[in-house]
Amino acid sequence: MVFEYAPAPESRSIVDIKPSYGLFIGGEFVDGGGTSFKTVNPATEEVLAEVAEADSDDVDRAVKAARKAYDKVWSKLSGAERAKYLYRIARIIQERSRELAVLESIDNGKPIKESRDVDVPLVAAHFFYYAGWADKLAYAGFGTTPLGVAGQVIPWNFPLLMLAWKIAPALACGNTVVLKPAETTPLTALLFAEICQQADLPPGVVNIVTGAGATGQALVEHEGIDKVAFTGSTDVGKAIARAVAGTEKRVTLELGGKAANIVFDDAPIDQAVEGIVNGIFFNQGHVCCAGSRLLVQENVADEVLARLKRRMATLRVGDPLDKNTDVGAINSAAQLARIRELSEIGAAEGAEAWSAPCDLPTQGYWFAPTVFTGVTQAHRIAREEIFGPVLSVLTFRTPAEAVEKANNTPYGLSAGVWTEKGSRILKIADKLRAGVVWANTFNKFDPTSPFGGYKESGYGREGGRHGLEAYLR
Amino acid sequence: MTRLDVRKTYKLYIDGAFPRSESGHSYQVSDAAGRFAANAALASRKDARDAVVAARKAFGGWSGRTAYNRAQVLYRVAEIMEDRRPQFTDAVVLAEGASAGQAGRIVDTAIDRLVWYAGWADKLTQVLGNANPVAGPYFNLSTPEPTGVVAVLAPQESSLLGLVSVVAPVIVTGNTTVVVSSFARPLPAVTLAEVLATSDVPGGVVNLLTGDAASIGPWLAAHMDVNAIDLTGVAGRPDLATQLEVAAADNLKRVRRAPSAEPDWAAEPELDTMTDFLETKTVWHPIGL
Repeated sequence: MVFEYAPAPESRSIVDIKPSYGLFIGGEFVDGGGTSFKTVNPATEEVLAEVAEADSDDVDRAVKAARKAYDKVWSKLSGAERAKYLYRIARIIQERSRELAVLESIDNGKPIKESRDVDVPLVAAHFFYYAGWADKLAYAGFGTTPLGVAGQVIPWNFPLLMLAWKIAPALACGNTVVLKPAETTPLTALLFAEICQQADLPPGVVNIVTGAGATGQALVEHEGIDKVAFTGSTDVGKAIARAVAGTEKRVTLELGGKAANIVFDDAPIDQAVEGIVNGIFFNQGHVCCAGSRLLVQENVADEVLARLKRRMATLRVGDPLDKNTDVGAINSAAQLARIRELSEIGAAEGAEAWSAPCDLPTQGYWFAPTVFTGVTQAHRIAREEIFGPVLSVLTFRTPAEAVEKANNTPYGLSAGVWTEKGSRILKIADKLRAGVVWANTFNKFDPTSPFGGYKESGYGREGGRHGLEAYLR
Repeated sequence: MTRLDVRKTYKLYIDGAFPRSESGHSYQVSDAAGRFAANAALASRKDARDAVVAARKAFGGWSGRTAYNRAQVLYRVAEIMEDRRPQFTDAVVLAEGASAGQAGRIVDTAIDRLVWYAGWADKLTQVLGNANPVAGPYFNLSTPEPTGVVAVLAPQESSLLGLVSVVAPVIVTGNTTVVVSSFARPLPAVTLAEVLATSDVPGGVVNLLTGDAASIGPWLAAHMDVNAIDLTGVAGRPDLATQLEVAAADNLKRVRRAPSAEPDWAAEPELDTMTDFLETKTVWHPIGL
C-alpha cells in the first residue's frame, strides 16, 4: 500500500510584500538615487517587488549615517544597554518568526521546513547569544574597543541567517553597520530593518543598502569603513582582499567550499546516508559547506550508493511553501544555468549521472537531486563548487588515501567523517585541513560554534567567542 | 709572523642544508661603519621556490609533533644561542654598530624571547581553544591549528632580536617557514641558521634566505603553496607592502601587514604574533548511547 502526500501549503497571508522597497538609511526607508531591480519568487518566477539599487552616493550616505550613529550614540552606550537592544531584536524575531520564515521561503526558494525550523530559530539564537556578550567583552580576550563602521556583504543562500551572523556580533562589540543583502534575496533584510525600527534601535546603527555587485564594491571600497565582512564566492573574496590591500581595514571572508564527506566501511550506513543527503541536498545544495564530494570506502561503495539512491528517490522536490517539501527551488536562473553547465561538463568528462525520479514544476527554477559516480579528482565536478543539489562520488581504500583526497582542493571550509571507531575519528579530524569537521553528523550550526575556513575558503571565524575577534581591537 | 685568518662563507639555509644561491650570485655586506664585512648569498626566485618545497615537506612532521616536543626543541635553540652568546654579540656589533654592551643585551633579549615563545607551545591551545555549549546533543570543540607554510620578511633593522621575534611565533605553533633576512644586515641570520642546523629543529622547518625582500618577496607573496605572509620586513615601504598584499590575495594568504615603522622589539610581544598564523578548527560529534 502506498501512502500519497496531500498538499500541505503554508499560508502566505502572514506576509505583506510591498510593491516597492527603498533603502534603510539612518533609521528610515529612503529612495535610492540609482535605478531599481526586481526580486522574484524562484519557485514561480513571479515578480515580488521592485527594490532600490543603491548607487555610490547612497552607499556614502549610509556609511555617513553609520559613522554618525557610531560617534554620537552607539559607541557611547554601555555594553549592558547594547545588550538589551539585541535581546529586544532577538525577541521580536521570535515573535515574528513565521512571517520571516514564509518571506524567506518565498524570496529564496528554500523549503518552509528549513526556513521555519533551521534558519529563523538560528537567527534569533544568534542575536540572543551575542546580546549576552555585549557587556562581557573584557572576558573574551580580544580587547574591548570596537572598530567603528563595518561594511558587510552577504549571500543569497541563507539571507537572514547570514545577516544575523554579520550584524549580531558587530553590534554587540559596539560597531555600527552598513549591510548589503544579495540582489536576489533582499526582502527579509528589509523586514529586519522594520524590526530594528520596532526595537527603537537608534537610527544609523543598522543601515541596509540593496543592490548587486556594484553596490557591494562601492561599500567595500568606501574609505569611511573600518571593517569588511563578506560571505560569498572565492573570486569576489579575492577581489576584496586586493581592494583592501594597503588600507587599515580589517577583513573577514567566508567563501566557497568543496567539502569531502568521508564514509568508512564500519560507518552506520543508514545514518551516513542521511548525513550524505543532508550534506548535499539541504537548502538545494546552496551551502558553502555542503558535502559535495562523497568519499566512500571502496568495499562499501555499492551498498552505500544503492541505499543513497533509494533515499534520494523519496525526496520531495517542489513548492517551497509545502510543509512536506524536502528540496525547494534553485535560487535564480543564473544559478540554475551554472548548475546545468557544470553537470553537463561532468557528463562530458565521463562521469555517470543519476537523478532522483521526480516531477519538476514547469514554472520556476528547478534541478533534480543528482549524483555523479565514476568521478576522478581531475574532473571539474570534483574540483569546482557547483552550489547546487549535485553530489560527486569518489572512492578510497585506506584512511591515508581518504585524507589525501579530502585535502586535495584549494578550499578548506568543512568536512565530514563517518565511522564507528573513535580513535579514527580523532585522527582523521586532526588531518583534515578544514575549519569545521562534522563527525557522524553534518551541516550542524550553532551560535556558540565558530565557523569559517582554511586556505581559499577565507579567513576569520563567525560564531562563538571566536566570532568577536573580527569586531574588536 | 701574523696568522692569516680563515674567513667564513655565508650561505643560504634550505631543507637543513647550506647551499649557495642556485643563481651563483652573492652581494657585498658591509658592517655598520660601511667597511666590507663579507659576501652573502643573494637568494633568487628559484631558491625561494626550493625553500617553499622544503617547508611544505617539513610541515606534516613538525605540525604533527606534540606541543611539548616543540617547546623542548625551541628551548634547545635558546640553550645553544646562550652557548654561543659571544659569537652572536660580535655579529650584532658588526651588523648594527651597537656597542658590545648594547649588543649583549640584544642577544640576551633574543634568547629570552625564544624561551618565552617555547613556553607557549603547550599552552596556546588552552588559551585559544573552546568547548562550545551548542544547543543540542553534540560534543563541540574548537582548537587552533597552524596555517601551514608561512613566508616571513624579517625586519631590516633589528638583525637578530627582530628576526627571532618574527620566526619563533610562526614555528612554535607548528608552521614551517621561509624567511628572508634583513638585506643589509644578513650575517646574524646566517649564524642563527647554523644554530638551528645543530639543534633539534628538523630540516625544512626554518629556511633562511639572505637577499632582498623587494625582489624575493613578490615570488613568495604570489606562491600558491604558501599559506601566509608576514610583511614586517617591508615596514615603512607602503607601496611595496600594498603590492605584496595584492599578490597574496591570489590564494587568500593570511597577511600580517607591514607596520609603518619597525616596532620596539624589546617590548613583550602580543598573542597576535602567533594567532595571525593559526586557524581555528571546530569538530562536532553527536552525544548518545
